[in-house]
Amino acid sequence: MKTLRPVNVVMVGGGWTGLAMAKEITHRTSLNVLVLERGLPRKASEYMEGMDELDYSIRLKMMQNIADETLTHRHSMKDPAMPVRQYGSFLPGSGVGGAGEHWNGMSFRFLESQFVLKTHLKEKYGSRKLPEDLAVEDWGVRYSDLEPYYWKAEQMLGISGKAGNLRGVKQPGGNIFEGPRSHEYPLPPLKMAYAPSLFRDAAEKLGYHPFPYPAANASEAYKNPDGVSRAGCAYCGYCDRFGCMIGAKAQPSNTLMPILSRTKSFAIRTGCWIRKVVTKGGRATGVQYVDAKGDEVFQPADVVFLGAFTLNNVKLLLLSGIGTPYDPATGKGTLGRNLTHQVFGVATQVYFDKPMNLFMGAGSLGVMVSDFDGDHGFDGSEPIVRGGTVWMTATGNRPIATFGMMPTGVASSNWGSGWKAAALAWRDRVGAMGCAGEHMAYRTNYMDLDPIYKDKMGDPLIRFTLDWTEHEHQQRLHAAQIQGKIAKAMGFPYQEAKPTKAKYNVTQYQTTHVQGGTIMGTSPDRSVVDTNLRHWDVKNLYVMGASTFPQNASGNPTLTALATVYKAADTFVAAHGGSRGQKEKA
Amino acid sequence: MRRREFLSIPAVALGGTLLYTLRKEPFIVHAQAQDGIVNVPLKFFSAEEAKTVAAATARIFPSDASGPGANEAGVAIYIDRQLAGPYGRDKYRYTKGPWVQSVPEHGYQAKETPREIYKAGIPTLSDNFASLTPAQQDEKLQSMESTTFFRLLRTHTIEGMFCDPMHGGNAGMIGWQLIGFPGPRMSYRDEIEQYRSEAFRPKPISLAQLVGHPVKGWEEEAE
Ligand SMILES: Cc1cc2nc3c(=O)[nH]c(=O)nc-3n(C[C@H](O)[C@H](O)[C@H](O)COP(=O)(O)OP(=O)(O)OC[C@H]3O[C@@H](n4cnc5c(N)ncnc54)[C@H](O)[C@@H]3O)c2cc1C
Ligand code: SF4
Repeated sequence: MKTLRPVNVVMVGGGWTGLAMAKEITHRTSLNVLVLERGLPRKASEYMEGMDELDYSIRLKMMQNIADETLTHRHSMKDPAMPVRQYGSFLPGSGVGGAGEHWNGMSFRFLESQFVLKTHLKEKYGSRKLPEDLAVEDWGVRYSDLEPYYWKAEQMLGISGKAGNLRGVKQPGGNIFEGPRSHEYPLPPLKMAYAPSLFRDAAEKLGYHPFPYPAANASEAYKNPDGVSRAGCAYCGYCDRFGCMIGAKAQPSNTLMPILSRTKSFAIRTGCWIRKVVTKGGRATGVQYVDAKGDEVFQPADVVFLGAFTLNNVKLLLLSGIGTPYDPATGKGTLGRNLTHQVFGVATQVYFDKPMNLFMGAGSLGVMVSDFDGDHGFDGSEPIVRGGTVWMTATGNRPIATFGMMPTGVASSNWGSGWKAAALAWRDRVGAMGCAGEHMAYRTNYMDLDPIYKDKMGDPLIRFTLDWTEHEHQQRLHAAQIQGKIAKAMGFPYQEAKPTKAKYNVTQYQTTHVQGGTIMGTSPDRSVVDTNLRHWDVKNLYVMGASTFPQNASGNPTLTALATVYKAADTFVAAHGGSRGQKEKA
Repeated sequence: MRRREFLSIPAVALGGTLLYTLRKEPFIVHAQAQDGIVNVPLKFFSAEEAKTVAAATARIFPSDASGPGANEAGVAIYIDRQLAGPYGRDKYRYTKGPWVQSVPEHGYQAKETPREIYKAGIPTLSDNFASLTPAQQDEKLQSMESTTFFRLLRTHTIEGMFCDPMHGGNAGMIGWQLIGFPGPRMSYRDEIEQYRSEAFRPKPISLAQLVGHPVKGWEEEAE
């Protein structure tokens, strides 16, 4: 195997986390950084040609090639695991920028209680009411530790929104349940589409506190502290699953790459499939990979960072024999534990009496109600200990995916003349709500290597053992009730969602928010990395991204992933002779 | 080399002359009868297969009182192109064995590619499907509703109605006109707060019109 020229830092994966860390290190230390990315380079100039629903949103052209690598899933340790053969419940990204090129851009801060969840639940409920097999943890960092880093990430991305809590003072129109912010959002909220504005008015009438989604879609032209400029969003509706054709959505290609591509100490190599982190005497010496030509090579490095998304962060550590795999039978071992997703899939429908122009929209356009997120106002009589949010968005109704939305029962078949006539009559008049519940960690949900199915390289696939518990079913029922109340207040006919206690389904899109497996914490017995994302056993190895979250909050993970990366960067930079707290425009 | 096969379609049926100019509701136009036949070269189906598929999709999404359907949109041509391309041969599906049937939550786990599903499925529609009466065709399709083939056919029919015309369906943007979808556009910045409870229905544009040059669909990727 050929050995390449050594570098200071190697970064596995060129997504949000890998590129954000690469920028911090190259701009604040004298170290050089090499990013190794499996996918292809991307040209933002080609995104306009990609405004095609079929190839991008249905056939998923920007995603990781599932033929080369997928995962397997089983509901419990007793069941056989099956490969996910075509994408469904989540969509891993690929290429320079990773999933950050085709995300929605919804950018939440997590609640203060989330970071101390284990302690918080014990204090609030005692052990009496907690679900069986609960494995939630405290993160080891608090919201207040992360606040400056949240702010840094929000400025880099140019988040549009309305603060709900400025230095402890509640702000009407924002999310009043959030932790205190040091600053208002960098940009004002996006314009509001009609349907979510009706949802907002109804929620307000009921005494809830609706607020606009914090969005990485810039509401107006924006220049971030690095001097990178972006245009304001045009509400084109080809946003999630697409790259933005005018660069209005923050993507690594239009925020970090413009700077990195001019940085001498930065290099990126594409088409490189990392198979292993190589260690010697308890230290990482580099990574082994198959290059674009198909040759297996060794890239030596002083420090290794993994930013390869949850599936590959966990898989690479397992393949490399680093750390102790989690054993659900004994509860011993940490690598692979606390796999979480997000509690979605409750969609109360509202039937408007007029066309709503639902094809207009943006990836993060919508209104959310957070009054039942976390456990605000829960008095212990509820069937759940943690709730979630309910919302109505306007992300752009594209025709293939949304044709046929109609009240149940108005057509007796799902094809033919009667169905077609009903679908046309209801076209553009059906608004759907959603929910996002916290997905807590359980002892029974975890990742390990599949004993049967292999990837293109012949390495085992990662295996998910994952199912919903009674708590998530109850969270969905709870969300449906709130949705029903708001729908009623909207004043149109509606159909309240009736969540069933269905098992986890790999075919239905939830969200690409898959957490855990390399969780952070304050003790090597319970976590894989410390609160600066450094591996407990291999001290020159770091793991970044949502795989480090002990459990999921209700909100989408990327902003928090970036905040934890920025915090880790400060510590890393300080330890490597760099300027701590590089001058930042406040 | 495969023999050249064609799907013959009445000239005006394809793409029709329907214009969605109404601001409010879709209005109904029937494809005008005119003579002249277009022969569209096929990439995957035989002429007979294409005729059967066209007939079946025309029952799933009929041309009727509520407007044009699968025939005018060229859905069979869309399906032909998809099956000829990487999708048809499962280039982007995980196809390593062992192949084991599983619970519904694991989705489609069988080995057959979309191409194979069509090749095996078309004969089950009966060999003279295209010449049956609409009622007989419906009855036949109803009896197949739970099959993978039918589910695929239904999904592909909707795709072929509403995809960008570069994929061979939605000819003349007839599907988009039918539902008032304006196609890919650069901006609704001025419209999104303006049009409240009033339909915004500009004449649709295709991706090629938006970017100013032809664009290739994924189905044209070389083997
Ligand atoms: C459709 C969609 C919508 C989303 N919307 C939102 C949203 O609204 N809000 C939000 O917070 N999040 C959202 N997400 C999730 C968000 O995109 C991810 O959380 C984020 O991009 C993760 O960043 P990352 O750097 O951890 O990983 P990624 O962006 O996934 O990057 C990882 C990179 O590593 C590379 N890689 C993986 N394995 C290897 C290997 N073995 N060798 C070399 N390279 C490898 C991959 O090719 C990839 O480019 C969305 C995701 C999708 C798909
Ligand atoms: S909706 Fe806005 S941010 Fe999203 S792709 Fe369109 S213009 Fe870009």
